Amino acid sequence: MIEIQLLDRELDPKYCTECVYTPEAGGIAVFVGTVRNQTADKRVLRLEFEAYEKMALSEMRKIAERAAEQWPVKRIVIHHRTGVLYAGDIAVIIAVSTPHRKAAFEACAFAIDTLKETVPIWKKEIFEDGEVWVAAHP
Amino acid sequence: MNISILAFGIARDIVGQSEFDFELVEGGTVGALKEDLVDRYPDFAKLVSFAIAVNGTYVTDEHVLGVKDEVVIIPPVSGG
Repeated sequence: MIEIQLLDRELDPKYCTECVYTPEAGGIAVFVGTVRNQTADKRVLRLEFEAYEKMALSEMRKIAERAAEQWPVKRIVIHHRTGVLYAGDIAVIIAVSTPHRKAAFEACAFAIDTLKETVPIWKKEIFEDGEVWVAAHP
Repeated sequence: MNISILAFGIARDIVGQSEFDFELVEGGTVGALKEDLVDRYPDFAKLVSFAIAVNGTYVTDEHVLGVKDEVVIIPPVSGG
């Protein structure tokens, strides 16, 4: 079972965790990515996330499918937030259930690492004295 | 031929709009489009990289573009 969502409202770790629960699994790994309050000693006022929605959804689905090919994934959920976020807000949740714990950790790490490389979502950091698109420049 | 291009994130800031028309030679490739974009908007050369997606999928520089394609500039992604 794969569930992929792009949401412009608060993400729910409890929902995502319960979503992947199944008696067939012996382990659930959950990654929750949150907004840090500073970058290189500069205070971050807020983050603005935007997505090329259609492709962000299809790329997230590809990641889930690839994870399920490489590990014995029973269920996987990927939820990503868009819009304006503040320190402590949840930007992404990935939950994976597998028969044994090692595969759950590995599949979850693969999913977040790949998401950061391939999914067309962008975040802008807003500081007191300016703003910057994250990762855009060397 | 005239193609319609969508720009997100810093690509939209560089171009100054989220959707724009761009003139490309008939049967032009993605590689040619990227070179033309850098010529017109030199700030693209300052990015770590940028990719082109056609109809919702990443494509290589050899990919040949058509007028009906949905062409999107994908600057370095930063989700998560």
